Amino acid sequence: MTKYIVNRLLGMIPTLLIIITLSFFIVRIAPGGPFASERKLPEVVERNINAKYHLDEPLIQQYGRYMFDILRGDLGPSFKYKDYDVNYYIANSLPKSIVLGSYAMLLALVFGISAGIIAAIRQNTWLDYLSMGVAVIGISVPLFVIAPVLQLIFAMKLKWLPTSGWYTTGEGWKTVILPAVSLSFAYFANIARLTRSSMLETLRSDYIRTAKAKGMKNTTIIFKHAMKGAMLPIVSYLGPAFAGIITGSIVVEQIFRVPGLGKFFVQSSFNRDYTLIVGVVIVYSAILIVMNFVVDIIYAQLDPRITYK
Amino acid sequence: MSMKPNAKTVLEVKDLQTYFKTDAGIVKAVDGVSFSVREGETIGIVGESGSGKSVTNLSLMRLIPSPPGRIVGGEILFEGRDILKLTEKQMRSIRGKKISMIFQDPMTSLNPFLKISTQMVETIRLHEKDVSTQEALERSIEMLKLVGIPSAEKRIQSYPHQFSGGMRQRVMIAQALSCNAEVLIADEPTTALDVTIQAQILELIAKLSDKMGTAVILITHDLGVVAGMCDQVCVMYAGKIVEKAETDELYARPSHPYTEGLIKSVPRMDTTKKGNRLFSIEGQPPNVIDLPPCCPFHPRCHKAMEVCRHAYPPVKDLGKGHEVACWLFADESEKQQALKEANVKEKAE
Ligand SMILES: Nc1ncnc2c1ncn2[C@@H]1O[C@H](COP(=O)(O)OP(=O)(O)O)[C@@H](O)[C@H]1O
Ligand code: SF4
Ligand SMILES: [Mg+2]
Repeated sequence: MTKYIVNRLLGMIPTLLIIITLSFFIVRIAPGGPFASERKLPEVVERNINAKYHLDEPLIQQYGRYMFDILRGDLGPSFKYKDYDVNYYIANSLPKSIVLGSYAMLLALVFGISAGIIAAIRQNTWLDYLSMGVAVIGISVPLFVIAPVLQLIFAMKLKWLPTSGWYTTGEGWKTVILPAVSLSFAYFANIARLTRSSMLETLRSDYIRTAKAKGMKNTTIIFKHAMKGAMLPIVSYLGPAFAGIITGSIVVEQIFRVPGLGKFFVQSSFNRDYTLIVGVVIVYSAILIVMNFVVDIIYAQLDPRITYK
Repeated sequence: MSMKPNAKTVLEVKDLQTYFKTDAGIVKAVDGVSFSVREGETIGIVGESGSGKSVTNLSLMRLIPSPPGRIVGGEILFEGRDILKLTEKQMRSIRGKKISMIFQDPMTSLNPFLKISTQMVETIRLHEKDVSTQEALERSIEMLKLVGIPSAEKRIQSYPHQFSGGMRQRVMIAQALSCNAEVLIADEPTTALDVTIQAQILELIAKLSDKMGTAVILITHDLGVVAGMCDQVCVMYAGKIVEKAETDELYARPSHPYTEGLIKSVPRMDTTKKGNRLFSIEGQPPNVIDLPPCCPFHPRCHKAMEVCRHAYPPVKDLGKGHEVACWLFADESEKQQALKEANVKEKAE
């Protein structure tokens, strides 16, 4: 197992290097550039800028320089935001996204799994229809509708919660609730549906019939015999979902003014901010790779048939 | 095999009916099945796939998936009480303790996520609350030794996937008998196993049930299996028992044409030579949805008569408890009566 873990960790390095290399070249091949604007810059200015950011060097030399910086942990200067470098922006925004994403994921897991199990064991009753109805809403109604509606009800009308902001704005943990709930909705829905179908399938399996024939109670059967098997698809879903929830919360961040990473995802692309784009891609890939690794480990813990050597 | 004609009856099934509601109509999977099991005896239930053997026995455990299934009629008397009238809680104290069950596929019947020890200990502790985990573990190890698992102390801590199919079926048997059940239902326990292992498993079931005094209901589609093991045999066809007799009697005087066909299709060492093709009953068993009144075997029966197409045959006792449901054994007057009724009915429609 230890050997497997070390191997997997080492295996992440080449994967990441390939991702970095690809994104480095792809952003530069795409038309436009960080300093292309409607107004043509004076030639001198443009030459100075290009020299400052080494854009005048041959591409391969830029690549070498960039990789060298990255290996030292430096993601380079932002081409757009002059005051700080990419490391600064990511270091400032990523933790907020992780906190927000983790709360959202926690909500989605707790409520999604509960709703899914209830729906499965009360199949075709009103409880089933209710849970699955909410889940369909969660999947089909987009975030830019859910979030403002929640904001309108709980912040503006009822005034229970702040409309926007983050811990730093003085209202503390209350600021997290609305964005986390909004963000969790779609994930809750997916987890609830996945749990329901996988629990139903597990409950139909032969070993559950054996447990019943042994005289076990339904609740014991569900939690002791069916749970592990039913959770496997959820665990597989969690890897990509966690990476997505941490990085993909741009709408929620905008609506609730959360200073997270999502903003940079979109803006850096509009701005052709080469270093920031690649920086954000690295963060996303790293999270995805690590999460998939964690998922595999959890999977092996749950399923004794899987052993890693 | 041990004949126990004077033994007490432990389980009596009377006119059991189990139906499934499907989109295509009502599936009468079990329709009027009666048989009884005496203490310590082995009774075989034989029939082609789909004849209702599993549904009959899942009904005894009240484990019919519902919906779509429902036991719509009959009685199942166990130790004098009708199982069908028990509460779910009372029923749970019978399952696994008084009546236990092993299934066709040992590869999927044990929980792959739990150690054998966990699964066996929980069974014992479920029914015997004053037994400690340690005691239950020791008894489980004893049971595993009894079914022939080598180094049971160590192997009990493994997961099911670490055992072969035959070994898993042994574990299932050990688990099923760990609470000293009165009745063991074995639903095609060897069908999924290698031929070489089948005989060993059957022998084990026979040996253990004899030793522990457990009655066995052995479900199989292979009459050959029944011959060596069972005291009594019920032949099932399309949800009904068409012939029932003590094993020797059944082999000596197979009376229902279906039973004859089944016996002829058993491969035999002495007669089956190369090129000598095995007999098999032609045709398919009928769909048990909306079956009109008739002998359900008539499309495949070479002795079928006019009356067979219009009415279900009455059950006749040929003596010594040998019962058969076939028009060949009915009186002429009964046939005429049945034909008359059928014709009247048809005209009225
Ligand atoms: N869950 C179910 N839903 C509908 N029909 C079923 C169900 N289970 C069994 N049946 C039907 O009941 C009949 C008897 O099945 P079964 O008892 O499993 O046969 P076998 O003799 O092979 O064990 C079959 O026609 C089968 O299609
Ligand atoms: S009742 Fe008629 S059709 Fe049915 S088995 Fe007997 S002879 Fe054949
Ligand atoms: Mg069956």
